[in-house]
Amino acid sequence: MAMNTSTMGNLTRRFDLQQWVVYLGFLAIFLFFAITLGDSGFLTVRNLSNIVLQTAPATVMAVGLVFVLSAGEIDLSFGSTVAVAALAAAVVMQSWPMPLGILAGLGAGLLIGLINGALVAYLRLPSFLVTLATMGLFAGIARSMTNLRSVPVQNDLFTGIFGSGALLSIPSLVLWTAGVILIGHLVYRQTRFGAHVIATGDNPRAALVSGIKVARIRLTVLAISGLMAGLAGLLYAGRLQAARYTLGETDLMTVIAAVIVGGTALNGGKGSIIGALVGSLLMGMLNNGLILMGLSVSDQMIVRGLIILGAVAVSLREPNR
Amino acid sequence: MAEPALKPANTQADSSPVLSLRGIQKNFGGVTAIENFSLDLHAGEIVALVGDNGAGKSTLVKIISGVHPPSEGVMELSGEAVRFADASVARERGIEVVYQDLALADQQPVYMNMFLGREPVRGPLRVLDRRGMIEATEKLVRELDVRIPSVRATIRNLSGGQRQGVAIARATHWATKLILLDEPTAALGVAETAKVEELVASLRARNIAVLIISHSLDQVFRLSDRICVLRRGRQIGVRRTNDTDKNEIIGMITGLIESEPA
Repeated sequence: MAMNTSTMGNLTRRFDLQQWVVYLGFLAIFLFFAITLGDSGFLTVRNLSNIVLQTAPATVMAVGLVFVLSAGEIDLSFGSTVAVAALAAAVVMQSWPMPLGILAGLGAGLLIGLINGALVAYLRLPSFLVTLATMGLFAGIARSMTNLRSVPVQNDLFTGIFGSGALLSIPSLVLWTAGVILIGHLVYRQTRFGAHVIATGDNPRAALVSGIKVARIRLTVLAISGLMAGLAGLLYAGRLQAARYTLGETDLMTVIAAVIVGGTALNGGKGSIIGALVGSLLMGMLNNGLILMGLSVSDQMIVRGLIILGAVAVSLREPNR
Repeated sequence: MAEPALKPANTQADSSPVLSLRGIQKNFGGVTAIENFSLDLHAGEIVALVGDNGAGKSTLVKIISGVHPPSEGVMELSGEAVRFADASVARERGIEVVYQDLALADQQPVYMNMFLGREPVRGPLRVLDRRGMIEATEKLVRELDVRIPSVRATIRNLSGGQRQGVAIARATHWATKLILLDEPTAALGVAETAKVEELVASLRARNIAVLIISHSLDQVFRLSDRICVLRRGRQIGVRRTNDTDKNEIIGMITGLIESEPA
C-alpha cells in the first residue's frame, strides 16, 4: 500500500506548530498581563468582558478580511467604509425609521465593497491600488458627509441591538461577534464558495482552468469585506451612540495584524476565521493591558507596533521543507 | 496490477473514434497556426503528438480542449459534431487536460485538488462532502498506484513525480473520453519519469483515449501506439509506432522527409 504514516506524522506536527502560534501568543500575553497587572484590574470580569465588547467591530472586519486575503486580494478601504456606513446609518435615522438606517449602513458598506470588487474583478486592477485609492476617497466622503460633525444616534432600539443591549443576558456585541464568526467559519470551511475562494488565492490559473469563476470570487470577497465593514460601522455607532468620520480610522493596522497573526496568508490560499477571532482578541487585550500599565499613547503605539511585528514574523515564517 | 508494456495498437476498424478531427484549421489574424489537421483518436489508445517548438502542438491542444475554437474544420466527439464554447464545456463532455504547470493548488490537500472546482456537497445546506472526497481520492490513488503519503497531504509537500501523479489521477477521474497530456515528464528525474510513464500506460485499460505531447522520442516510442508529427502547423504524417523508427520520425520533425500525399 501507498501509505507512509511516519512522513505524514512529521508533516502534520510541523504544520500544527505554525497554526497554534496565535493561541500560544494569546496565552503568553494573557499570562503576562495577568501576572503583572493582576492588581490593576486586568483580571476582573468587567475588564475582560470589556475587551471582548471593544474588539467586536474589529473582529467583524477581520472575518471579511480573511475572505479577501484568502482569495489573494487585499482591502485597505474597510476603515473608511466603517465611517461612511456609520454616518449613513446615523443620518438616515435622524429623519427615517430605524430599519432604513440599518439598511443604509449595510448598503453603504456593500456598495463600497462592490465598487472595489468590480474594479478588481472586471477591470483587473490590483486590489492594493484600488482599495488604497478608495480608502482615501471614502475617508474624504466621510469627512464631507456631515462637515466633520458627529451625528448622535438616539434610537434606543438601535443602540440596544448594536451596542449596549443584551439577549438572555448575553451582551449584543458578543452575540454579533459569535454569529459572524460562526457563519464566517462555516462558509469558509464547509461550502464550495469557501473552497473556491481559497483555491483562487492559492493558484488563480488552476482555479480558472478548473472552472471556478475567479472574477466572481474576487468581486464577492471584496463585497463581503465591505458588508462586514458596514456592520462594524453599525456596531460602533450603537456602542458610542454617535457616528463620526474618525470611526474605523485606526483599525486598518489592527485588523490586518489580527488576521495575519491568526494564520491567514497575506498572499492567499490559506486562512482561519477562528484564528482571526483569537488574533483580534489578542490585539484588544494588548491595547487594554498597555493602557492599564500606564503607558503613554505614544509608548503604547511603539510597543504595540513591535509586538505585532514580532507576532507577524513568527506566524509568517515558512515551515522548512 | 502491471500492464503489459505495450499492447499493439487498436486497429481503427474495431471501434468508432472517441474524437475525430477533420480538416482543422486555425488562423490567428493572418497567421495560420494549424492547417488541415485530421486525426482520429480511439478509446484505449495512446497517440503521441510530436514536433519542434512552434510546430502548433499547444495550439492543437487548446483547440481540442475548447480554449480556442477552430477557424475551420469539424470536431466529432463519439460521432457527434461538437463546438466547445470554452474549456469548461469540453470538460463537461469528458475531455481533460493535464497542463504542463499541472494546475494544482499547492497549499491544499490532495483530495481538494482532485475535486477542484467540482467539489461534491451534501444535505440541504450544501456542505462540502469532505469524507466523500477523501474516500474517492483514496480509491483512485490506490487503483492507479500513485504513491503519496496520504490524500490529506498538502501538494507542496509532494515530489514532482507525485504531483504529476495527482494531476493525472485527477484527469483520469473526470475524463470519460480523452486525456490530453502536455509534457508530463519534462520536469522529472529518471525514476519519477518511469513511474509516470507506467501510470500513463495503465490508462489504456480505462477505455479512454490519450493524446500526449512529448519532446522525448524515447518516451514516445515506449508509450504510444501511434505518432502524429506536426511541422510549422502542417500535419506531416501519422505512423503506427510499431511500423516506424526514430530516424523516420526525426526526419519528419525536421523536414528531411516531406509530407506524403494523404
